[in-house]
Amino acid sequence: MNIYDLIFYLFAAITVFSAFAVVSSKNIIYSAYSLMLTFFGVAGLYVLLGADFLAIVQLIVYVGGILILILFGVMLTNKVNGMPIHTEVTNLIPASITIGLFAGIILAFFVNTNWKSTQTEFPNTTIVALGKLLMNEYILIFELLGVLLLIALIGAASIARKK
Amino acid sequence: MMTIGLQHFLIVSGLLFSLGIFGIMTRKNAVMVLMGIELILNSANINFIAFAKYGNFGYHGQMIALFVIILAAAEAAIALAIVLNIYKNFSTVNVDEVNKLKE
Repeated sequence: MNIYDLIFYLFAAITVFSAFAVVSSKNIIYSAYSLMLTFFGVAGLYVLLGADFLAIVQLIVYVGGILILILFGVMLTNKVNGMPIHTEVTNLIPASITIGLFAGIILAFFVNTNWKSTQTEFPNTTIVALGKLLMNEYILIFELLGVLLLIALIGAASIARKK
Repeated sequence: MMTIGLQHFLIVSGLLFSLGIFGIMTRKNAVMVLMGIELILNSANINFIAFAKYGNFGYHGQMIALFVIILAAAEAAIALAIVLNIYKNFSTVNVDEVNKLKE
């Protein structure tokens, strides 16, 4: 077992256990902070897969943007006056059975399939290649996503503002 | 102990996907449902990047993952605006109590 395997198991454990904490914690604030650990673990997995730029983007956008938005959402939609913030749980037993079956099937599929894997060795930094792709082959999608972000910004502001 | 391959990353993403759906199904709070959606999007991204490395697709898998992250950011902004509006109108964010389009 070399150092790569050890680091993989470390990040995989962080990701899975903190994701379990997200869905099982009664306190929604704990859930939000566990979600941050999940994002860190996933960013570590991206680095192990040779996607360094994606890992940085994951940290900046998810931890710096989406998680802060979610925390704002938690704080604006709960009455935080010294009371612990609990969320209610519904359908626990049917959901557990369904998800257990689903996870068993999908994991059995992943393990038993004979994946034909040809490993690609990415260079140490992928930013140059990704930037060239973004400005050549993916230029239309890039522009459309810019327009989409603008629309989302205007839409969110107009939905959330006071009448 | 076999060496780390495509399967290990797929197993992590499968577990993450299952936990995300479990969160969506069992929680009443709309913000928790959003967290479940983020878990599912992350698991899809792990799959894209794992296949980009082990499936001979070059950089295209990483590009798709980048676009998924951008769409997740837009989705989170819109969804939280809607949740805030629901809280303003109904004084609750439990998704099973919000059953009217207007008062």
